[in-house]
Amino acid sequence: MEGLKVSDANLVVCVHPSKGHRVSEAVLRELSSHLFQFSEIFDGVLLAYDVNIVEKNAKILPGIHPYFGVRLKAKLLLFSPEPNMLLEARVVKLTPESIHVIVLGFASAVIIDEDIREEFDYRTKNGKEVYCSKVHRRHVIKVGTMIRFLVKSLDKEILHICGSLKPSNTGSIHWLDKDFEEISLIDRSGTKRERENEMKMQEHAVVGGKEISLGNGQIKKSKKRRLIEES
Amino acid sequence: MGVELANERAGFLELEDVNFTDNELVYHVRTALKSVSLGDSESYDELIGVMHHRERLSPDEVALLVTCLKALSGTVSCIDVVHHESLLSSIFGMSMWNYGPEVMDALVDLIISLAASSGKYVDSCLDMLIRNFVPPYSYLALLKQPRGLSRKDQVLSRVHSALESIGHLVPLAPMRLLSLVVQRMPRQYDNEAVIMTYVENMFKLESGSMGQLVGSTMLMAVVDRLLDLDLEIGWEDILQEDSSKGIFEMELEDLEEDEEDWNDEGGELPGKHLSRNSLRGNIIAEKLDSLLVLTFEYLESCQGRGRLLEVFETLLHSFRITVLNAYKSKFSQVMSTCFQIYLQKQAFHYSLSELYQLCIVQFVMFYACTLDPENCGVRFARMLLDIFVCHDHPPNTRMSAVAYLASYLSRGKFLSTSYITTMLKRLVDWCLDYCKVQDEDVNPLAHRVFYAGCQAIMYVLCFRMWSMMSIPRLKSQLFLMPIETILKHKSDPLKVCLPSVVGEFLKQARAARLFTVSKTSISDDILETELSRAFGGLERLDTFFPFDPCLLKKSDRFIRPNFIFWSMVKTTYDDDEDEDEDAEGSSDEDGEESVDGAVENRGDGMATSFDERDIDMEEFDYALNKMSITPKQSSMYRFGSGLDELVRMPSRIRPSTSPESL
Repeated sequence: MEGLKVSDANLVVCVHPSKGHRVSEAVLRELSSHLFQFSEIFDGVLLAYDVNIVEKNAKILPGIHPYFGVRLKAKLLLFSPEPNMLLEARVVKLTPESIHVIVLGFASAVIIDEDIREEFDYRTKNGKEVYCSKVHRRHVIKVGTMIRFLVKSLDKEILHICGSLKPSNTGSIHWLDKDFEEISLIDRSGTKRERENEMKMQEHAVVGGKEISLGNGQIKKSKKRRLIEES
Repeated sequence: MGVELANERAGFLELEDVNFTDNELVYHVRTALKSVSLGDSESYDELIGVMHHRERLSPDEVALLVTCLKALSGTVSCIDVVHHESLLSSIFGMSMWNYGPEVMDALVDLIISLAASSGKYVDSCLDMLIRNFVPPYSYLALLKQPRGLSRKDQVLSRVHSALESIGHLVPLAPMRLLSLVVQRMPRQYDNEAVIMTYVENMFKLESGSMGQLVGSTMLMAVVDRLLDLDLEIGWEDILQEDSSKGIFEMELEDLEEDEEDWNDEGGELPGKHLSRNSLRGNIIAEKLDSLLVLTFEYLESCQGRGRLLEVFETLLHSFRITVLNAYKSKFSQVMSTCFQIYLQKQAFHYSLSELYQLCIVQFVMFYACTLDPENCGVRFARMLLDIFVCHDHPPNTRMSAVAYLASYLSRGKFLSTSYITTMLKRLVDWCLDYCKVQDEDVNPLAHRVFYAGCQAIMYVLCFRMWSMMSIPRLKSQLFLMPIETILKHKSDPLKVCLPSVVGEFLKQARAARLFTVSKTSISDDILETELSRAFGGLERLDTFFPFDPCLLKKSDRFIRPNFIFWSMVKTTYDDDEDEDEDAEGSSDEDGEESVDGAVENRGDGMATSFDERDIDMEEFDYALNKMSITPKQSSMYRFGSGLDELVRMPSRIRPSTSPESL
C-alpha cells in the first residue's frame, strides 16, 4: 500500500513548567495529541512514534511561562495519502450507489457509483449486498473484503477520502494479487489443483497483512518499554 | 421493492398515479439535483417544498416525504454544498420529534448516508442528531404523558443507533461528536426538562457502544454542568428568598407542610425533613437536584451492569481536577456570609451541629461509594489520603483533600470502623513524621497542612470514637496511636484548630481516657479563633466539611440512608454527666467516673439511647440552646415530634438581617 512512510524527525517539544517533574510523560502526551490527525508539520497523519530524548538538558525558553524545550529524535510512522495513490481498505458497507471502506481502521473512504467501473454490478445474494464483476466471476466485493482503490480527493480535516475503482488494477485485493491469466483460466474451468493454489495464495496474502500489523506492534512495544525504563 | 405512490397529490415531478421503482425515483431526484447547476431549479424547489411540510401531515404527505427522503439517500453523492444549500439546511433543520416512525427511519437513513458520503457533512449530520436529543419547545409539555414518552423512545433509539452507524462508517466521527455534544449542552439557565433529557442522552452515549471512546468526556461534562449549577446557587439567593417573608412566619408555614409530608411518607430516620424548604423555589437548586437524582440513578444502573468501577475511575479523575479545587471559592464566599450571621447570634456550636452543606456535587462521589463500599468507597478515601500526604500538590489542595477525607470518614455509614481506623492510622503516622521534622512554635501559616491533618484526626474521632472504643481490637489500636504526642507538639494544634472541634474531641477523649488536657484556653463556645482563621487562609479551609448534610430534597433521599447525622452519633461521654461536670468546674476524677457510667449506659444499641433522649424534653431544650443559633421561641416546639425538633433545630440557619445589611 502506498502512502505509508517512516520518517526520522528531530523535534523540540515545549514542556510547560507545571509538567516539569514528569518530562517524559509530558513529551509522550504532546506527541500523542497529534495521533490520528492530519498535521501540516509532518505532512501526514501520525500513526505511531518512537521517541528518544537526545539531551538531558533542556533549554529554557523566554516568555511569561518559562517553557523548556526538550530535544528529541523520533521515528514517526506517517500516513500521507495523496490523489492518485493506491490505498487498501476494508469494505464496511455496500449500497447500490456507493462502496464505503475504512483505511487502516481509522480513515473512512467512499467510492460512489460514478467511480465504480462498469464491470461491477450491484446485486443482493441471499440478503447480502455484493458487487460482482461481469467479466471475472470470481472478482467479488462484499462487506469485509479488502479492496485496493485509487484516491481521488482527500478531506484532510476529518480524513475522509473519495476513491475510485475505475482503473483495472483496483478491486478486491484477494483477486488482484493473483495472476490474471491463471484467474481467467480458473474462471473458465476451475480444477481442484488450481483451487489449492488459490488457497495457498490466500494464506500468503494474510501473512502479508500480519507482517504490517506486527511492524506497528513493535513500535508500540518499544514505546511501552521506554516508558517503563524512564519511570 | 417498489415504493407505491398511487395517490400522490402534490404532483411531484409531474408523475401522478404511477408506480415507480426505487431506481426510477433516484434517477428523477438526481436529475432534479443536477439541473440546479444548469439553472433549472423547478423540480428542485418542489423537492424542498416537500421537505418543509411539517405540521399535521396527511398520510399522502407522509408517503411523499418518505419517498423523497429515500430517494435523496440514494443520491447523496449528487448533493453539492454550494448548489443545494437550501436543501441541506432544510434536511438538517428537520426535527424527528415532529414525525412518525416511517419518516424518522427515512430521515435517519438519509443522515447516515450523508455523513458517510463526504467529510464535509459529518459535523452537520452529527449536529443534527444531537439537536434531536431534545424535543422542540412546543413538545416539552408532552414529555410527561405516555404519548410523549413513547415518541421520545422512538426518536432517541433512532438517534443513538444512527450515531453508532455513523461511528461505524466514519471511525473518527466520535472524536467530532465529543466536542459537539459538549458544545451543545444546555446552559444552567435552560429549561429543566431540556437539561434532563439532554443529560439522559449523554448517559446513553456513555453506556452505548461508543462509550469507550466518548464515555469519560460525557461523564466529566455532566459533572462540570452539575458544578456550574451548584456554583450558581448563591448564598444570597437563599437569603433573599427568606427575607421576603418574616423569618418565623415562613418557618411555621413550612413546618405544617412538612408535617403532612412526614405523615405521608412515614419518615423514620432522624433529620428527615431538615430545612428542606430553605431552597424551595430556587429554580437552579431544583435543576441541580433533579440532575443529581438522574446521575444517582445512572450510577445505580451502572452498578447493575457491573460497570460502576469503570465509571467511578472517571468520576474520581473528574473530582480530582475540578471539584476538589472548585469549591474553595464558593465556600469562602458562603462562609464569610455565614460567619457574620453566626457571630451575631453567638453560642453556636458550629462544626458538629448540622450546618447544611451548600456545595453538593461531591455527593455524586459519596453515592457511588455507598453503592460499592469495598471498592469505590475504599478507593475514594485512599485517593484523598494520597493527595494529602504527597508533597507534589499545593498546600491548599492537600488541605481540602484532608477535609474531604475527614468529612467522608465521619459521615459514611457504610464504612467499616476497622477501615476508618486504618485510615486514621495513616493520617496519624503522617502527622507524627511531620512532628519529628518540625520544631517550631505556633505558626498557623507555615504548618497549615499539619493543622488541617490534626483537625481531620480530631473530627473523625468526634464521630467515630465511640464505635472504635466498643471493639477491643480497635480500641487497643487507637490507644497505641501517638495522638497525644502530635496534639501536644510545640506547634500546638489544639490552640490553632477550630475550638468547637477541639472542644468536642477533648471531651470525648477525656471520657474515653484517651488522653487529657487541662481545659485552660479552650472554650467551645467560640466559633473560631484568630489562629484557626489564619491557618484556614482566605479559602477558610479550617471550616470546610464537605459532606455536611445535603440540602436538596430529592437527592437527599439517596444519600440519607447511608449518612451519619450528628444527632445519630454516640459520644463516649454522657450528656447528663457532662452537664453536671461543667457546672461543678470539671475535675479529672469526676470525668473518669462519668466515663464508666457512660460506657455502661451506652452498652445498648444506638436506638435505645435515642429513645431515651426522645422522651426527655428538658434535655432537648438544653441541646437546642447549645446547638442552635435560632432564637428560642416556644411556639416553634409545638410542631412535630420531639425527635423531629431535635434534629431540625440545629440545622436552621436563619439570617437575622436582610442581606443588604451584610
